[in-house]
Amino acid sequence: MSTPTHRSPVGGAPADEEMTYVYAVGSDGPALDRSAARLSGVGGRPLRLVSADGLCALVSSVPAEAFSERGLTAQMEDLVQLEAIARAHHSVVDAAFAEATVLPMRLATVYLDDARAADMLARRHDAFEDLLNRLEGHVELGLKVYADPRAATAQAPAEQPDAAAGTDSCAGAGRAYLRQRRAQQHGGRAAYRAASDTAALAAELASRVAVSRAVHRPQQGQLASHPGVNVANEAYLVSRAHVGVLREQLPVLAEGSPGVTVEVTGPWAPYSFATEAALGPEGGEEP
Amino acid sequence: MSDSLAGRMPGPPRGAAPPSGQQGSSANLADILERVLDKGIVIAGDIQINLLDIELLTIKLRLLVASVDKAKEMGIDWWEHDPSLSSRARTEPRAAAPPAGRDVLAEENEQLRAELARLRATAGLSGGAAHTGDDTAPADREEPR
Repeated sequence: MSTPTHRSPVGGAPADEEMTYVYAVGSDGPALDRSAARLSGVGGRPLRLVSADGLCALVSSVPAEAFSERGLTAQMEDLVQLEAIARAHHSVVDAAFAEATVLPMRLATVYLDDARAADMLARRHDAFEDLLNRLEGHVELGLKVYADPRAATAQAPAEQPDAAAGTDSCAGAGRAYLRQRRAQQHGGRAAYRAASDTAALAAELASRVAVSRAVHRPQQGQLASHPGVNVANEAYLVSRAHVGVLREQLPVLAEGSPGVTVEVTGPWAPYSFATEAALGPEGGEEP
Repeated sequence: MSDSLAGRMPGPPRGAAPPSGQQGSSANLADILERVLDKGIVIAGDIQINLLDIELLTIKLRLLVASVDKAKEMGIDWWEHDPSLSSRARTEPRAAAPPAGRDVLAEENEQLRAELARLRATAGLSGGAAHTGDDTAPADREEPR
């Protein structure tokens, strides 16, 4: 194991300048070797593996200053830096997961050095192994359902003929305006209703093949770039074999419901199913 | 094991394009953040950043980026509060509402007034006070819904 360019924190090297950032944990083997060799992590730093008892952690060095408690907090408060770290973290997890089942770590899991990371692996060995076995062959699919009232009402304006236009042009215009507003509200409500119906159907369809389900908070704000309002945001743990079918069938559920869209994301590494609860002695729900 | 790392820095932290059609760097930031901040294995590393802070951070992110304009553009405001036209015409009783909500209402009220003024102008009227009845009647009927 070597870190070619920078000073190596291997072993008991002074840890006050570099620390060890852990991206994911998997089974020791050629798959993760390959990942480590071709990927780079936060700040473009090369990856390496820290192994213990048949498990290994995909790690890179990070500057101690920027990843100290203060440094991290500052970085996380800055959306630009947060995005850079999050994307780097995710792309390592994602690419490693393409080669082998891995457990993604929460963002910014940092150890003083590789030895400390190896300790952690050894201590948690059984829980990690158990979870890796359960997740083997499975991926996470994201399912989001959106209601877009504007898309729904775009089809509505035809339904307001100028019935009153002849009588009093002002009142007619006013009424037409109010009618339009009401039609918009009505169309909006209809879109939300249709979206939640679609979400229920989608959940049913996905649950038929899913091993597990996780519900996320609906996305909102600028980061939720999709048009419309996110009414359902869920994740399903499914066997790889089911990915194609779900990707195909889920979006179809929105057909015929103007203003409703179903978005399927992934396959993701099983972020939503490799959580604290899943690690506990009870583990997650078994299928 | 991997001695040939040197010189293989793939530039930006995009990783190599994953072969299995996974989404890698093209994934939506919101999707990534909700996973890397809220999910994944949580173990106490040597560097402890308060998880509560992270939760607060994600909430903050969600709120910060959801600007009032954007929310309105997405229709969130009228969906959640569903202000009927009549309640907009009487904004004053709402003075006790939280400042943000009031601002939204005030702004919307402003827009409505402008819209009304524009409609009246196109209809060839000036003040239009005589027509308030026409404006409020349908709105009042809508209220019981």
